[in-house]
Amino acid sequence: MIYALRRLIQAVPVIVLIMIGTFLLLKLAPGDTVDALVGDMGGADAEFIARLRAEYGLDQPVWVQLWRYMLKLATFDFGWSFVYEQPVATILLDRLGTTLLLMATSLSFAFTIGIALGAIAARRVNSATDNLISTLGLVFYATPSFFLSLMMMLLFSVKLGWLPVGGIKTIAGFYTGWDHVLDVARHLVMPTAALSLIYLSFYLRLMRASVIEVADLDYVRTARAKGAGEWRLMIHHIMRNALLPVITLLGLQFSTVLGGSVVVETIFTLPGLGQLAYQSVVQRDMNTLMGIIFLCSIIVVVVNFLTDLLYARLDSRIELA
Amino acid sequence: MKLKLRSLGLALASTAAVTMASQVMAEEVKRGGTAVVHMISEQRILNPALRASTGVYNISGKIVEPLIDKSYDGYEPVLATDWSSSDDGLAITVKLREGVNWHDGEPFTCDDVAFTAIEMWKKLLNYSSALQASLESVDCTDPHTAVFNYSKPMPLDLFVAAMPDLGHPMPKHLYEGTDILKNEYNTAPVGTGPFKFVEYERGQYVLAVKNEDYWREGYPYLDRIVWRFIKDKSAAAAALEAGEVHESGFIGVSMADVERLSDDDRFDVGTDGYENNVAHSTVEFNHRNPILADVKVRQAMYHGLDIDYAIETIMRGFAKPGRGPVPSAGGANYTDDVPTYEYDPELAKTMLDEAGYPVTDSGYRFKLRHRPAPWGEYTQLWAEYYAQAMREIGIDVEILTNDAPGFLNGVYRDHDFDTANGWHQFRSDPAVSTMVWLRSGQPAGTPWSNQFGWQSDEMDQMIDDAASELDPEKRAEMYHEIQAKAMEELPVIFAIEHPFISVTSKKLKNHHNTPRWNSSSWYDLWLDD
Repeated sequence: MIYALRRLIQAVPVIVLIMIGTFLLLKLAPGDTVDALVGDMGGADAEFIARLRAEYGLDQPVWVQLWRYMLKLATFDFGWSFVYEQPVATILLDRLGTTLLLMATSLSFAFTIGIALGAIAARRVNSATDNLISTLGLVFYATPSFFLSLMMMLLFSVKLGWLPVGGIKTIAGFYTGWDHVLDVARHLVMPTAALSLIYLSFYLRLMRASVIEVADLDYVRTARAKGAGEWRLMIHHIMRNALLPVITLLGLQFSTVLGGSVVVETIFTLPGLGQLAYQSVVQRDMNTLMGIIFLCSIIVVVVNFLTDLLYARLDSRIELA
Repeated sequence: MKLKLRSLGLALASTAAVTMASQVMAEEVKRGGTAVVHMISEQRILNPALRASTGVYNISGKIVEPLIDKSYDGYEPVLATDWSSSDDGLAITVKLREGVNWHDGEPFTCDDVAFTAIEMWKKLLNYSSALQASLESVDCTDPHTAVFNYSKPMPLDLFVAAMPDLGHPMPKHLYEGTDILKNEYNTAPVGTGPFKFVEYERGQYVLAVKNEDYWREGYPYLDRIVWRFIKDKSAAAAALEAGEVHESGFIGVSMADVERLSDDDRFDVGTDGYENNVAHSTVEFNHRNPILADVKVRQAMYHGLDIDYAIETIMRGFAKPGRGPVPSAGGANYTDDVPTYEYDPELAKTMLDEAGYPVTDSGYRFKLRHRPAPWGEYTQLWAEYYAQAMREIGIDVEILTNDAPGFLNGVYRDHDFDTANGWHQFRSDPAVSTMVWLRSGQPAGTPWSNQFGWQSDEMDQMIDDAASELDPEKRAEMYHEIQAKAMEELPVIFAIEHPFISVTSKKLKNHHNTPRWNSSSWYDLWLDD
């Protein structure tokens, strides 16, 4: 409990620093949201532009803008998005669900299948099965997700017509109940596959290496000498210890998936945080972008905390202090 | 005595309505269905009286109607039924359609027009605030007659030409007494159009449904329209092919896909319906650079550009060579009697030698820093072609890649460029569009304006005179002169005139049947599914 509290207090300055750093970094980019807006509109006169800038508070010096923003953030007020003409908090909550759903399905798919394949390959090192799995891993690893997305789209949507091209649900389909769940699931098949395959190959390769390493250690030999069956050996002695580096990677990658989903979300037009972040940069939508970064830093801090807890659970030698 | 322009237009419009009706009969209209339209970019707001932008009209045009629209037969009455001007051009009287209701059931009256004109068109709407700068007041002599009073003469044909884009009344009862820019109806518009706004899911879609109470009886045919936001052009092409999307306008798919789908008999691919939305691909000069300030150099550079080649390879043939600031779609204001610059690289080299810029030891005459606008694929390709063509005549061009805000600031505010390229849309009348490229005196930071350091008192005078000339014939002549002068002096090269391109499923019927179709109301669009 005290441990959790300490971690929480430590997280505050980290997040504040991230926010200030990002704010200043974004201000270094040429142009602001009014420029982007005017670019979208195909032009405007000088008065229109000056009025909008005053309206958005962009005519103030940067440090005044930063101070105002941090004050508002302290009360968890994310401000107003001038691109979406909605409060940032509303937009973020709208988008968070889709992203978390996509992340959860992709990572759990990648993780379970990845460690299973990795363990199988490791147990049969240099056999035909190992070669097949390793090659597959290499192919997944080398295929860029945008290419994979488009190829899947071409095959399953355009040629075969099995799966929808994009979106999160059938618009004007007005499905409810289980039909709705099924509809969303159908829309998530390709994005999940596109996003998870590369991570699957990470876990696969790491798990394979880790299992091979652990399988040679003394305590495994001891367990085998004591008469533990192969299955028990694998689950209790090898897997549990081999998982540690994989968990580390999982924790690290949780944040990467947020970024990696930009491409997949854009191609499949999933209304998630990745797509929103990308749009916000292009549109110089400071408030939304800062909101996303705040949310992401919180997610990363929480995930790191959970990873540490999981470590202690898997390896009782690790103490939380 | 009042100038009457409308009677011919009315006759034409009614004939058109009859012909259209008979065509429709012949094809046996199917009612109902949902048309799905591809949009590349998210819209910030959907209020066309606050944002003059085709992206906004593409959606709001079905929900909010303008006073006057444009058809292939001329200007078509929508919420206005008749318009006329006083002799001195200081008062324009507009008769309004009776028996029209807003989507919330309130009647549409002159109060709405007067409120919107003063509070939005004059104060807040881009392009319009310049056009309506001399608008003093709008009087409602009765609930269906609006009189626009100007302090300077306003040519009636300019007023009418501006209305399809810049003449959308909004409901006064929902805006009065509120902060107009933050009004919730800006993203959930209430209009008088054939479709009613239902919802806008950010990043996904906008949904509108049939207005059962629409004033054109028996219309619309469709039950629903869905606009889907698909940022990725390849994914949009896949959606078209999979039949999930029926139309993608404004070159919403890659040029390679435009070419590929034009051979696919499931789609109509072409530039019909964009006559009012033509744009110029440009080469813009920074005249602060002494080399580029020399008109001979600019003319030589024009001779170095193979425009026909660029049209074939980049625009896939869907374009024509530019002839100055007024495009061929500009009607009477256009002329092709202007100086032109044939592709002749040898001549270009000779001219550059003569201008005093021989090839130096570096292998080039001089070096230019070029900023390409990030407005889509073909703009980038045009920049690359330009750089290549210039190298052939001995000018080294370095391309500085930037995103939209970077480009706009680099060129139009900081003037940190030698040459730039982008495109600029023509909006029915030169006075409300392309003249800003030539008129000097606009403060730094005004995008799409003369920020090139080019200044000509003669040109400024010609532009101002033409904007307030009441006689349409004289006005057209003035624009011919401006066009010729712009082609001679080349402050900007209006290199390629191109409409936009649509890919449309053949299941859609009556599509692209007006010169600004993507912005129009689609009341007669139907789906053969």
